[in-house]
Amino acid sequence: MGLADLTITDAAAGLRAGDHTSVDLTEAVLERASMTEAEIHAYLTIDRNAALEAARAADAELAAGEDRGTLHGIPIALKDNMCQRGVETTAASQILAGYRPPYDATVVTKLRDAGAVLVGKANLDEFAMGSSTENSAYGPTRNPWDPGRVPGGSSGGSAAAVAAGSALGALGSDTGGSIRQPGSLCGVVGMKPTYGTVSRYGLIAFASSLDQIGPITRTVDDAVALLEGITGHDPLDATSWAGEYPDLRAEMDAGVSGKRIGVVTEFAGEGYEAAVTEALSRTLDQLSDAGADIVEVSLPTVELALSAYYLIAPAECSANLARFDGMRYGLRVDGETTEEMMARTRAEGFGPEVIRRILLGTYALSAGYYDAFYGQAHKARTVLRNEFATAYEKVDVLMSPTSPTVAFPFDAKSDPLTMYLSDVCTIPSNLAGDPGISVPVGLDPQGLPVGVQVMAPAMGEPVMFAVAKEIERLSGFDARPTMLEELA
Amino acid sequence: MPIDIDIAHVARLARLDLAPERLETLRSQLSAILEHAATVQSLDTEGVEPSNHPLGFVNAFRDDVVTGSLDRDEVLSMAPEARDGYFAAPPAMGQE
Repeated sequence: MGLADLTITDAAAGLRAGDHTSVDLTEAVLERASMTEAEIHAYLTIDRNAALEAARAADAELAAGEDRGTLHGIPIALKDNMCQRGVETTAASQILAGYRPPYDATVVTKLRDAGAVLVGKANLDEFAMGSSTENSAYGPTRNPWDPGRVPGGSSGGSAAAVAAGSALGALGSDTGGSIRQPGSLCGVVGMKPTYGTVSRYGLIAFASSLDQIGPITRTVDDAVALLEGITGHDPLDATSWAGEYPDLRAEMDAGVSGKRIGVVTEFAGEGYEAAVTEALSRTLDQLSDAGADIVEVSLPTVELALSAYYLIAPAECSANLARFDGMRYGLRVDGETTEEMMARTRAEGFGPEVIRRILLGTYALSAGYYDAFYGQAHKARTVLRNEFATAYEKVDVLMSPTSPTVAFPFDAKSDPLTMYLSDVCTIPSNLAGDPGISVPVGLDPQGLPVGVQVMAPAMGEPVMFAVAKEIERLSGFDARPTMLEELA
Repeated sequence: MPIDIDIAHVARLARLDLAPERLETLRSQLSAILEHAATVQSLDTEGVEPSNHPLGFVNAFRDDVVTGSLDRDEVLSMAPEARDGYFAAPPAMGQE
């Protein structure tokens, strides 16, 4: 264990106690990256000089008593679909090769204001479309727990960086589980906030009614600290929540005694690995022993959530990705006419999964099909939200596995529909707009991490964090990838 | 229910110049995905309103004040082709 393995919370305390400096922390994660990146490939870009410069600035401010809070001087990774001014931002697509945004995403501005050190841009499935990071145009990320397996996705680079110690925390984005599923597969905490509570300005859009940025960290406390740094209303994002925000720490140490926890009965059975089911039931037993009231809850419409998602997300992506046309930035493949140039650029610049989803969405939105597909999917979304709302009248939070499986080998899910099933437990929260968190609770017999998911109603982060923190404490999970033990 | 897709038409709408054999593979993949997605039609949604913003947001307004914009030269420096302060592109229509 070294400085690169500290939690954000401990690293922040150590900065103030004089145990280490931000430069020490930043050098430690850069050193770790130099040892792990050849195999793991968590990053697309590492900005070593800028990171060290930011670390020196943080040290000078802290020494002068200008304390910006917990994230001050902490090395953080950004998923490469978040715009950082002057730093190549590709969303792991060839169509954006060489693109250097002329502006910062709001989350980047907020992290800079909080004094965080931005280490680099983490790998992802192209335009965040995928569940394994195999769809990156720049090569996959490998899981630090077993480099023969995927880290999950789409925020696989962010999760792998946190698991491998090449960042103390990271931001991911979650459209159908893209923070929580890689969190589960990499043995770290991954949290999707309530829709609209973290600005999407400067996040390269995939499906705008579902996308949400959130933290990937080693502990629940760290997730709260990182979320506090990025949440809040932003006039630059028209969907940003302008009302009241809850105090995220309001119930942090309240425990689960007297809390009502619903287990979603639909998320079990065929397709769920035994280790995943066992990890959930063990966790529920522990919560019950700690005083929680565990009840079964049926949400029949979650069976249709995947179908609704695979109409809504591609439809919105087909509109959002229309902007990549070779006109203003990124790749251009020449043609005789503007249309020919655009069609050639897009065919060459987008990878196979992105093309598949654009075509799917274009079809679902085209004349004659809109009502039957996109319109019906949005009505299903209302039915699902109503079901969740009814459930939350009886329980404080809902629980399920995060993913039906642990990390799977490369090329194991080459059929698109099989891959889409990886997100069956996480998609409903995106459709409902509710928060969700994955907490690691143990290892399967092969030594691969298993997570459980806690879901809460919109703005229910305080109770969700309370339950998540108790799960973390009860599980006593403190395992590390074996490759890190071998480095030591 | 097998779903019939005029894939060449959809690709044209999406401005994707794809070879015929590739289109055929995509057509069969899309058909399988849509067949699964079409199960959403089994849900009774009579009288149900569609959801848009999950929190029920309808619109967002801000004060009409002038603020700075992106630097034109910095933006154009990213363009594949720029001329006289504009983005440049091939002709919109084919030439005889």
